Amino acid sequence: MTDLRNRSRRSFLTRCLTGAAALGVAGLREGGEAQAAAAKSRVVVARDPLLRSSDSTRGSGSTIDARRLETLLVNAMQSLFSLPATHENGIAAWRRIAGAGDTVSLKVNTLGGRGISTNVDLVAAVCERLQQAGVAARNMIVWDRDTEEMERAGFRIVIGGDRVQCFGTDRVGYEDDLSAWGSVGSRFSKILTRSSDVLINLPVLKDHDGAGVTIALKNMYGTIHNPNKYHPNGCDPYVADLNMLPEIRSRMKLTICDATTAMYEGGPGFKPEHSWKLNGLLVSQDAVALDFTGWQLIERKRAEMGLKTLEAEQRAPRYIATAADSEHGLGHCDAARIAVVEIQGGA
Amino acid sequence: MNCELIAAESSARNPLDRRSFLMCALASGAALGAGEFAAPAGAVPLASGAQAQNDAQFTFEAKFYEKLANRKIKCKLCPRECVVGDKERGYCGVRENHGGVYYTLVHSRVCAAHIDPIEKKPLFHYLPGTNAFSIATAGCNVNCKFCQNWDISQSRPEEIPAQYISPHQAADIARKYDCPTIAYTYSEPVVFAEYLMDTADAAHEAGVRSIVVSNGYMQHDSLEQAYGKMDAVKIDLKAFTESYYAKVVTGQLKPVLDSLVTLRKMGKWTEIVYLVVPSLNDDDEEFRGLARWIKANLGPDVPLHFTQFHPEYLLKNLPITPVSTLERAKAIADAEGLHYVYIGNVPGHPAQNTYCPQCRKMLVERVGFTASKMLIGKDSTCPYCRHSIPGIWHA
Repeated sequence: MTDLRNRSRRSFLTRCLTGAAALGVAGLREGGEAQAAAAKSRVVVARDPLLRSSDSTRGSGSTIDARRLETLLVNAMQSLFSLPATHENGIAAWRRIAGAGDTVSLKVNTLGGRGISTNVDLVAAVCERLQQAGVAARNMIVWDRDTEEMERAGFRIVIGGDRVQCFGTDRVGYEDDLSAWGSVGSRFSKILTRSSDVLINLPVLKDHDGAGVTIALKNMYGTIHNPNKYHPNGCDPYVADLNMLPEIRSRMKLTICDATTAMYEGGPGFKPEHSWKLNGLLVSQDAVALDFTGWQLIERKRAEMGLKTLEAEQRAPRYIATAADSEHGLGHCDAARIAVVEIQGGA
Repeated sequence: MNCELIAAESSARNPLDRRSFLMCALASGAALGAGEFAAPAGAVPLASGAQAQNDAQFTFEAKFYEKLANRKIKCKLCPRECVVGDKERGYCGVRENHGGVYYTLVHSRVCAAHIDPIEKKPLFHYLPGTNAFSIATAGCNVNCKFCQNWDISQSRPEEIPAQYISPHQAADIARKYDCPTIAYTYSEPVVFAEYLMDTADAAHEAGVRSIVVSNGYMQHDSLEQAYGKMDAVKIDLKAFTESYYAKVVTGQLKPVLDSLVTLRKMGKWTEIVYLVVPSLNDDDEEFRGLARWIKANLGPDVPLHFTQFHPEYLLKNLPITPVSTLERAKAIADAEGLHYVYIGNVPGHPAQNTYCPQCRKMLVERVGFTASKMLIGKDSTCPYCRHSIPGIWHA
């Protein structure tokens, strides 16, 4: 039974990726196809086997090439919006997210320390591109729950001045008032409520012992004061309910999942023995579809490593389907409604 | 979470007994002075208070947990039995796994401290007319939708202002301000069990007793070890159905009933509070079932307080409990044979006084949280008919 399920899932993913590859090449055959797929959510899976090639280890070294990472990001963004790869479109893609006058917050994930946190160079590249799109540096803030955790993950703290701001919610606190939806009642970080017209989610791709996986949707646990209350029952329906709150929903414009290093087991804390160098990014405007796609990548790696599926371990991330149900409608987790676009190379 | 409102909050939120709360808060604030402990949560800007704390001094290895493979642990404090991975916290938010060792983050980390009348806990049969030095840390092992103190009970310790008060300091403050008891209250003392135990030991050495205001949602061993050090216990029994516990409390009823039975076997003086929430736990059959269970398992002399709900936290859509509902609950419990059934949060109501179950004469008169008249003698009997009145009436 398990084997059948595994095969089914793998074959599904293969189909998705094969289709995506066809979609992804040659600047995408836009027009009719893009329109026909309008009801689909687009998830770009961008990978560069040479991302860590600077130490001549063909992708398995420890140092990420920041230049290749930036190129991978640019290509992924153009692919997300089906734009031909030109310099102008490199900026145009970002203008679809934010522009002059916007305040933009970038929610990173730094719980796992340097081993499995959002890559600093990736965040720097996003900030650079947003500035090219017209967003003032001082109107951007990189943040997570805790400033010390951010420092441990390699972020340089900046408070005040005209540079991109970078600090944790502990420096400004949470709103006094509760926001409630369904099973959730929480106080939001003032960074989100007071410094964000636009929210860009920058999670990592990893296994989670309780929730199954933690990617985009669950990264929003870092925006509230009481995430510990929402871990029972595999975080279902808490993750979905939290993402329904207008403080998040009205601001969320883009998810860029850092999958340069990912974890297929043993999360959320960093376990080097269960991590792998995926050397990729997942990019989408549909966080549900991105989570679904990321989950499949983790399942595929688990199968490769001879591990049971998360379903077999009774920790499949059910909250993803809940987020897509008719009550929530946050996105798609139906494979037929997700267009996975795979692109290769960061050169 | 428990139903006792912290004084600073009450002066702003509780319309019923504002004067009593405010008097208490002012009195304790004036008496203790600014230097001895922090102002209550909410009086200090959140971020500045949080930054001022040194986490290391509050961090001790927890007592109730077992180690699992892969640096995970299983918490054995409450029935939830959180399995917590490295760098993660349990449901309560105040216990954290570091490399396979579980730590409490709230030992001596006091976020609320007041001198309250013991009647405010409420304990009506325990040292009436005395004050309790009342303390709390952040955190709770449930998430009641009606919580009055959610701003501390549902927060992580680093999110709210707190001050270091060691067990011996707590005992010294209680003695200095003529409090015969230290009360562990406001949030949920289950989650700061280690601090509670150490403080109870220090207090007993100093001749000060300990009382706890708790939800009773604990494992048997932790209950015996932690509350074994208590001199009296008040349990918030939130309802008498599992469905209410699941939906409104995010917990379970049965472990709480088990705790009550254990406390009875341990010989701890115990009183029960039942917060009556309109439409959710105010059914006649539920009141009847509750009263019958108490009589059968704990005896008829356990005081039972039916208290009035006020819209708060996630239940702002419901009205205040009608006094008639509370009176109906009391009438049912009385009819089932319980001897000491009180109505709470309704100032001036005659059912907040203590009456002799034999001659029906009033023995303790209460005005607000003050015992204005106390006729029970040192032999714990009714002065009119000599009927024995259970409780600890004199120090």
